[in-house]
Amino acid sequence: MSTDLNVHKCPNGHLCYPKHSVCPKCGVLMGNKTVSLSELNGTVVTWTKSTVPPPGVRSPNILAIVEYYIEGQSITLLGGIENESVNIGDVVKATYVSSLRDAEYGQRDEESQTWSGHRFKVVN
Amino acid sequence: MDRVAIIGVSMTQFGVREGSWIRDLLSEAAMDCIETTGIVPKNIDHVYVSNMASGEFEGQTGIMNALVHDIGAIPAYTARIDQTSASGGAGIYAAWQSIASGQSDMTLLVGGEKMTHTSTSMATEIISTLTHPVEYKHGVTLPSFAGLIAQLYLHKYNASRESLAKVAVKNHKNGVDNPHAHFRKEVDIEAVLNSPIVADPLRLYDFCPITDGSAALMFCSESRAKKITQDYVVITGIGGATDTHVVHERREPTTLDAVVNSSNKAYEMANKTPNDIDVAELHDMFTILEILQSEDLGFFNKGEGWKAVEQGVTDIDGELPINTSGGLKSKGHPLGASGVAQVHELYHQLMGTAGKRQVDAKTGLACNIGGFGNCAITTILESI
Ligand SMILES: [Zn+2]
Repeated sequence: MSTDLNVHKCPNGHLCYPKHSVCPKCGVLMGNKTVSLSELNGTVVTWTKSTVPPPGVRSPNILAIVEYYIEGQSITLLGGIENESVNIGDVVKATYVSSLRDAEYGQRDEESQTWSGHRFKVVN
Repeated sequence: MDRVAIIGVSMTQFGVREGSWIRDLLSEAAMDCIETTGIVPKNIDHVYVSNMASGEFEGQTGIMNALVHDIGAIPAYTARIDQTSASGGAGIYAAWQSIASGQSDMTLLVGGEKMTHTSTSMATEIISTLTHPVEYKHGVTLPSFAGLIAQLYLHKYNASRESLAKVAVKNHKNGVDNPHAHFRKEVDIEAVLNSPIVADPLRLYDFCPITDGSAALMFCSESRAKKITQDYVVITGIGGATDTHVVHERREPTTLDAVVNSSNKAYEMANKTPNDIDVAELHDMFTILEILQSEDLGFFNKGEGWKAVEQGVTDIDGELPINTSGGLKSKGHPLGASGVAQVHELYHQLMGTAGKRQVDAKTGLACNIGGFGNCAITTILESI
């Protein structure tokens, strides 16, 4: 299994994350093409530090919306920040985490979705 | 076209209603509305119940069936309407459609939620299950979305943190005069700014409480209403819209497109503009949401809603009073009840029966939001 941060590409070249049935930009059926963002730098659009996270989630939980530019497009993703603090405009790289939260303590059925994914590390 | 009228409203005490479960709360509001309007339960054709999560909170599903039986309205058609936090607004839309289509001559809408028997963390978790898997796995909650967007708003528009606090101060002040409100206590700016951080930059007092409660409205056509009562208001505009489920995929994170689109539909239908609105009830689940909506409804330019709060424009004695009821902030936010309770307040404002909270108003607007702007319903009401 790839530990890259992959986003999805529609047959017309539009990027999206996560994958939907059809491309949010042009409405065509999504295929299976992906593009990796793992080697790229992203920029922090905004962040928050959640001090009362839900059951099974790290505390505090610093979350950010990060924007990447690739193939002439902007794509935004949400993820945790690995550093103790972060600012708007910080440059980040994605890092793979095998378990983002302990699904046993949440409401959602553990089998219904994946729990691995990516957080971001500041690399200013 | 025969307009759709609201001929009576009710709401229970909002707060910690120990010993009252979802069936009790719904029934209490429904019976009060039935008594207020004098409508015989057997003569109600449709009963809608706005509720997000009675199964998850309490382990009780089928609550619409329970309500129709409990209030003696069998064989009325019934359905539970879920649009998460916007279930109340969605219920208003369903009730409006039932009358406008001619399918029902008399429709009762009851919204309610029972929440306080669970811990704050469990209640927040139940609500956060509305998020997409790729967001949920990061431990996202609705408060953390509010923190993310508030941080960006303050940065992008150079807005003051105090302006967010002032939304809370204003709404708590209004709530003092609302006997149904969960909190009837003023707070000052210092108290908000010194309350514990929940999702930076937002603090505890930027958030509405977790609350039990229920509210109800009775709908019929205006021609029927005229035969029953002098005391009714009419819905002249209504619209609903949906935005991305995944919040990070929004076109512009500080704009709630569902609010923009739903209100455009409502304004067009009512043949009104934002300038025509005299009083508004907005979905201040978080202080930042009231400011975002006040812009996306067209009351203020994007990035300037915070200034209007600072200048007192949205105070109860300002040019455009917002949340005279005290808002979700002081009334509390029993999810499915909130959109219904917004219209409960507007009914009283338009009828001139809002007591100490009374403002001069002929046209009112309610905006009810689900998720962090995932869905929105805008309703425009007018006095006759
Ligand atoms: Zn496309």
